[in-house]
Amino acid sequence: MSADATGIEVPAQFPDAAGHFGTFGGRFVPEALVAALDELASAHRAAMADETFRTEFADLLRDYAGTPSLLYEARRFSARAGARVLLKREDLNHTGAHKVRNVLGQALLTRRMGKRRVIAETGAGQHGVATATAAALFDLECVVYMGQVDTERQALNVARMRMLGATVVPVTTGSRTLKDAMNEAMRDWVANVDETHYLIGTAAGPHPFPALVRDFVRGIGAEARAQCLELTGALPDAVTACVGGGSNALGIFHAFTDDPQVRLYGFEAGGDGVDTGRHAASITGGSTGVLHGTRTFVLQDADGQTQESHSISAGLDYPGVGPEHAWLHDTGRATYLPVTDDEAMAAFELLCRTEGIIPAIESAHALAGTLAIAPKLAAELGRQPTIVVNLSGRGDKDVHTAGEYFGILDKE
Amino acid sequence: MSERTSRIGVAFDKARADGRALLVGCMPAGFPTVEGSIAAMKAMVAAGVDVIEVEIPYSDPVMDGPVIQRASDIALAGGVRTRDTLRIVEAVAATGAPVVTMTYWNPIERYGVDTFARDLAAAGGTGLITPDLIPEEAGEWLAASDAHGLDRTFLVAPSSTDERLAMTAAHCRGFVYATAIMGVTGARSQTSQAAPVLVSRVREVTDLPVGVGLGVGTGAQAATVAGYADAVIVGSALIRCLLDAPDEATALTALRTLSTELSEGVHHPTR
Repeated sequence: MSADATGIEVPAQFPDAAGHFGTFGGRFVPEALVAALDELASAHRAAMADETFRTEFADLLRDYAGTPSLLYEARRFSARAGARVLLKREDLNHTGAHKVRNVLGQALLTRRMGKRRVIAETGAGQHGVATATAAALFDLECVVYMGQVDTERQALNVARMRMLGATVVPVTTGSRTLKDAMNEAMRDWVANVDETHYLIGTAAGPHPFPALVRDFVRGIGAEARAQCLELTGALPDAVTACVGGGSNALGIFHAFTDDPQVRLYGFEAGGDGVDTGRHAASITGGSTGVLHGTRTFVLQDADGQTQESHSISAGLDYPGVGPEHAWLHDTGRATYLPVTDDEAMAAFELLCRTEGIIPAIESAHALAGTLAIAPKLAAELGRQPTIVVNLSGRGDKDVHTAGEYFGILDKE
Repeated sequence: MSERTSRIGVAFDKARADGRALLVGCMPAGFPTVEGSIAAMKAMVAAGVDVIEVEIPYSDPVMDGPVIQRASDIALAGGVRTRDTLRIVEAVAATGAPVVTMTYWNPIERYGVDTFARDLAAAGGTGLITPDLIPEEAGEWLAASDAHGLDRTFLVAPSSTDERLAMTAAHCRGFVYATAIMGVTGARSQTSQAAPVLVSRVREVTDLPVGVGLGVGTGAQAATVAGYADAVIVGSALIRCLLDAPDEATALTALRTLSTELSEGVHHPTR
């Protein structure tokens, strides 16, 4: 598969015209939103085919976001992993995560559709900060919905968004976390759809969001594939990423889906352990259902009521997952495994100490999963495997959580 | 079956003959308790509500405003189950009033679409209103509703294209639900300017009755909407009677008073 700097050269085969990935995806939304989703789908198709749009997006990614991000060979971490570990340094992007790619793409689309206002949901605040950043750059009005529990836990990010000119609305309904922020954003969107774009933060939600978010982050994998070939002379044996909603994982998986020798691993947030019921592993610990406009794997009770998710990582703390992951799981193309909080934090510490890189706790799940699969892969291949890990974000935002976890904060 | 044989179709025919609209009153199942919701719904029927809309409480009701969200949270916190909804439908249907169920889609998928249709029909329910299910995704429900003789009410909105209005109405049976405004449920001080336009656009593509919901909360508003629609659908204003009241007796009194006022409205349409 060939790709230019945006990584969006070849239109993906999936989803179908109605947004289905096999039996997953689609649109489970109020009729009032269908016109806007149709408008968005057609703007997405036209933009992908428009050389001017692609050039503008590629220029922004290079000059503003700082991509292509490095593919860094983590030698000391590799020695501990028993694998040649190459880190895709999305943590070095502007705003500190892969998410900047998605928000820049959607901000360009917003302008293309002639809309002046963007709304977003955020959990830990990373997507909210990224959206507020793009809104400032594009001179768009920006409203971010954030669960009240999260606005209290992540006061620094609330301040960041406000500095960037966004309005932050604490959501006090339901469990007052990410899923409720998403509900509230949907309600705002229904009421203000004419002038507003819902800048969704992950490859989930109703069609065309899963496809368009994926298309804006596909550059991660396109870059990594070329970089790996250049560095090692071969494709990697495996590509790994953490999966919450799943945008960073899809972003890095996509360039490799047609390379059958490359194994794809998605690591879900196992929280206290999937068997405890306190986790956010929708694929490994959930079941098929409909949530936030799409059919996918959902954490739900016997009556189809959404269950609360649990993870030390706010960015993975979501009771659903993007429908394309559900499909990749169903077809067996990608393998999804849970990583507990403790496993993730051990990998977090290992990367800090061996490489001098503080990863996002989300990305630490990918590192932990990599440590777990490396010996099995080595045994299977009879040699040291090469593994590309998507280091999707930096850990500055997690310093407080990690400091508490490791008990290294001085008492006031 | 055709909509004329459905119980709700018969009620619409009678209302049309009387030159009035039907009053549809919505209440979440299990709010404030299972028994409490049955009592509330029966009180509504006794005070002139023609059709009861039983909403299955759902954890993520994206089409609902703060009042129905709160009531749904209370019902779910009280432990209401989908099967309790069926018991409530059965109890209220025994009054003779048509009972339609409003539900987000996931609880139905989880219960099993065909199984739910069978059990709802057995409980005496007339059909489903599905706020987050569009006809394109409704294959299983179309088959199940045909198999069990249930009505299907999909929503149309001011933003719907003419093509979608025709397609959606063609998949409805019983009545079409027109959302009066671009927004979520909840009473508003002014009635919608968009609703009459939407209703006349729907009438160009179907002979089915058209119900209008979202934002109606007073007798005067009900009379206005009854002037152009076949049914006036009220939820949040009725539910607030229960949320705001200090005890059940006060709640039921307020509920009866508002039901009577709304019923007066639909009996005297403003034309």
